[in-house]
Amino acid sequence: MQQLVTASATIVIGVFGCVGYFFASNLILDAIFPPRGPNAGRNISRAAGVRPWLFLGPALILLSVYLVYPVFVSIWLSLRDSTGARFVGAANYTWLVNDVKFRESMVNNFLWLLFVPAAATFFGLIAAALTDRIRWGNLAKSMIFMPMAISFIGASVIWKFIYDYRGEGQAEIGLLNAVVEFFGGTAQTWLTLPFWNNFMLMAVLVWIQTGFAMVILSAALRGIPEETIEAAILDGASPLQIFTRIKVPQIWGTIAVVWTTITILVLKVFDIVLAMTNGQWGSQVLANLMFDWMFRGNDTGRASAIALVIMLLVTPIMVWNIRNARREMR
Amino acid sequence: MENIAGTRSGLVWSVNLAVLALVLLWTIPTFGLLVSSFRDRDQLTTSGWWQAMFSSAQNIVFRAAAVETQRQNGAQWVIAGSVLGPAGGEVKAWGISSKDPTAFAPGAMATMADGSSATVAVDGAYRLSAGKAFEGRSPRLFVTAVTPPRFTLDNYRKVLFAQGLGRSFLNTMTVTIPATVIPILIAAFAAFALAWMEFPGRALIIATVVGLLVVPLQLALIPLLKLHNQLGIGKEYLGIWLAHSGFGLPLAIYLLRNYMVGLPREIIESARVDGATDFQIFVRIVLPLSFPALASFAIFQFLWTWNDLLVAIVFLGNSADQLVMTGVLKELLGSKGGEWEILAASAFVSISVPLVVFFAMQKYLVRGLLAGSVK
Repeated sequence: MQQLVTASATIVIGVFGCVGYFFASNLILDAIFPPRGPNAGRNISRAAGVRPWLFLGPALILLSVYLVYPVFVSIWLSLRDSTGARFVGAANYTWLVNDVKFRESMVNNFLWLLFVPAAATFFGLIAAALTDRIRWGNLAKSMIFMPMAISFIGASVIWKFIYDYRGEGQAEIGLLNAVVEFFGGTAQTWLTLPFWNNFMLMAVLVWIQTGFAMVILSAALRGIPEETIEAAILDGASPLQIFTRIKVPQIWGTIAVVWTTITILVLKVFDIVLAMTNGQWGSQVLANLMFDWMFRGNDTGRASAIALVIMLLVTPIMVWNIRNARREMR
Repeated sequence: MENIAGTRSGLVWSVNLAVLALVLLWTIPTFGLLVSSFRDRDQLTTSGWWQAMFSSAQNIVFRAAAVETQRQNGAQWVIAGSVLGPAGGEVKAWGISSKDPTAFAPGAMATMADGSSATVAVDGAYRLSAGKAFEGRSPRLFVTAVTPPRFTLDNYRKVLFAQGLGRSFLNTMTVTIPATVIPILIAAFAAFALAWMEFPGRALIIATVVGLLVVPLQLALIPLLKLHNQLGIGKEYLGIWLAHSGFGLPLAIYLLRNYMVGLPREIIESARVDGATDFQIFVRIVLPLSFPALASFAIFQFLWTWNDLLVAIVFLGNSADQLVMTGVLKELLGSKGGEWEILAASAFVSISVPLVVFFAMQKYLVRGLLAGSVK
């Protein structure tokens, strides 16, 4: 209980601290450059030059310390040994290239990149298109969207239960094995099947992200000009043709946004792999490998090198996003 | 229009069915865990949750009550009791050896290797009797019984009070609330400056914020942990509040700026003409008008910090007063992977709050998503 009190006190102090900072710094600025008297005009323009930086100050400091500074420190650390004491050049990177687990992680991450954004966008698009046409569409949307609120680790528990394996002679309590046995197959330990276990893990992320794709794509579908659809109907297009030839081409931009957003998430996926297989049985991914080397391996050099590989993979999307944002601002 | 032209009853039906299939596929996993979290431990491991409403057949290995409980009845020594719990059930068959666990029908009399005799009735009552006192460990009985469905709150009672999840719930709250409130304020001021103030370098800062949106968290962990350790906040709540605030800022600034830019220019211009300072414009006009965007971000940040595992295990310790619920789940998955009743109840406690927030504030969440995905 006491720590909740501390937390509440922090909120109060934090909030008042922030408001106090902004208020006081504005007061001081107005005192230094009073917007009255003989130099009022000059003072106002000078104050206007300083004020934005007062507003931006705390945010810029936090951003530089928590997101910009680590990039450079990571580069520096990745060129040093396991404790960061000695310069080792590119040794960590040459180790990476030859490491079996790293190669496995790269291959698996590549699989994730191919499968998860594609599947989530595909199911999202289908769900968006279908739910817009029925009466209980909003309820259906809520239900498909719901996994978004569940933590990766909670979702892992949910799905581990589905993949559960009891062994021969016992009744299967995992849904997947029960379904497989119902159709006459044999129960499997799904999470230890090499190669295919990756897809078992991916299914969890697809399950979580489909709702996101659906919400964005549904808004885009509604934004399509009515005339184009009316014209297609008059020309005798079937509902399927309208969807694939008229609607989808008009929302390519949004599909790309959804795709890239999920791609970024996929590159950072960690909790699901950690919780369900911890990278065993050939299911390792970069983010979990990095965590392994950071905590179990206690090697900041190698861990930083892996983190930088993730950063490198994200960079093209980052550049693409920045270019799009700049184009929009003009 | 489209509906008029496309309305064929067959099509409408198939669309409804397809959506129903999707909805079932997406809700059944969670529903399964929810049902399981209320099930009795023994039933949970012997039958699927979809059979929860039906009686289930169970193979029970039962060790008779300890020899100290035996009573002398004339020349006979007797151990008696029930092989079924208080919920009852029906014994189908039983045996005295693991090689043949269904050897006897209920009510039959069996003779054990040591000469004592045993019987198990349909209602589960058993009775062992012998001419001399029982010694050592009491014998085992193998029973096949059909037990009625049992639902219980015991799992929740156990995880919340005995397993310390209640404490973790408080820890999670302690992490989440300041980590949600603090970045909002900082980001709101920054977003206002980026949206409505003219100054050199503005475009560059906006581009940087967009770029920082995708910087992987993994990159920040080691340098920041080192920094926090040097500052002495390595395993403190203050450290994780600052970390979550820093990581949430790009999205906050981006969302709020996009929203604030869209506010009508006339309102802000006329306030300026009337002599309002930037600070007054922000506090009196822009902040109240931006409420929907603030709410959107607050929900995002709340869900993200509540559900986060990575930042919590890096910046907080493993002790009882710091372990958050996602951390508890992770440890349970590692150490008690088989105890589904504990896992299911713990998972549900942990996802209940985000689910409530989700269903209550879905409108704002959707709005935020639409504004926040980089177009």
